[in-house]
Amino acid sequence: MTATAAPPHEKRVPGESGTWVFLFGDMLVFGAFFVTFLVERATAPEAFDAARTTLHVGVGVTNTLVLLTSSLLVVLALNAMRVGAAPIATRAVAAAIVCGLAFIALKVFEYISLAAAGHGPGANDFYLYYFILTGLHLFHVCLGLGALSFVLTQTRRTELSPTRTALVEGGACFWHLVDLLWIFLFALLYLVS
Amino acid sequence: MTVLSLLKNRAGASWLFLVAATVLSWAVGAEHGTGSLVPVLVLAIAAIKVRLVGLDFMELRHAPVPLRAAFEVYCVGIWALLSALYLWL
Repeated sequence: MTATAAPPHEKRVPGESGTWVFLFGDMLVFGAFFVTFLVERATAPEAFDAARTTLHVGVGVTNTLVLLTSSLLVVLALNAMRVGAAPIATRAVAAAIVCGLAFIALKVFEYISLAAAGHGPGANDFYLYYFILTGLHLFHVCLGLGALSFVLTQTRRTELSPTRTALVEGGACFWHLVDLLWIFLFALLYLVS
Repeated sequence: MTVLSLLKNRAGASWLFLVAATVLSWAVGAEHGTGSLVPVLVLAIAAIKVRLVGLDFMELRHAPVPLRAAFEVYCVGIWALLSALYLWL
């Protein structure tokens, strides 16, 4: 990546252009889910608001901070790769992966405690949407961890081809997308409904 | 090259802002009844956070104008659409 890194303020597309078609497509699909959720909420706002208060908002906040930190670690890793600091890049990506695993562990804890309290997906429409939306996001977290695992295999290379550079940047952008989608989900499910 | 020197940039500052904004949205959004205007503020904070993730983490701040503009339109559009649905449905 050292030889192919762009000057800091040159206009350039991070990753491949095709990656952005996929990322925007995903953002629009989730946007449609957010709209559907609010339309459904309008049919029973009191029930949705009551159900919202049964969520573990502290866990939601913690998971937001975990993903934000993992995103910063990925930024750190890319910056380190660009200046040839391979050990820092490797440790940063590994730490980002640990953050992703922590997110999954907290989500599973939340699912289990909600189900144990009788708030499973069948309890009412709020919980149905909660499990579907966070489940889809969790699937993205797992895909993101796959992308980060690929980035981890590239951190020790002394020089990356333009294609590999684009793949690494694309993988990093996908992980940031996971963070971005969670920011909206956290606001909608834990604070707004 | 140290970790700190790699974080002394816009992304590092954005992370601090994002953490503060998360805590702020929790503080203002955790307790409110139906019909409150607080969710519009919470959604605005979320859209600002998403914009920062795009500009400083995804590196769209230095992307070609059409790509950056599409992302900024998405942030504003989602906020406006979700706020309108919350207020008027």
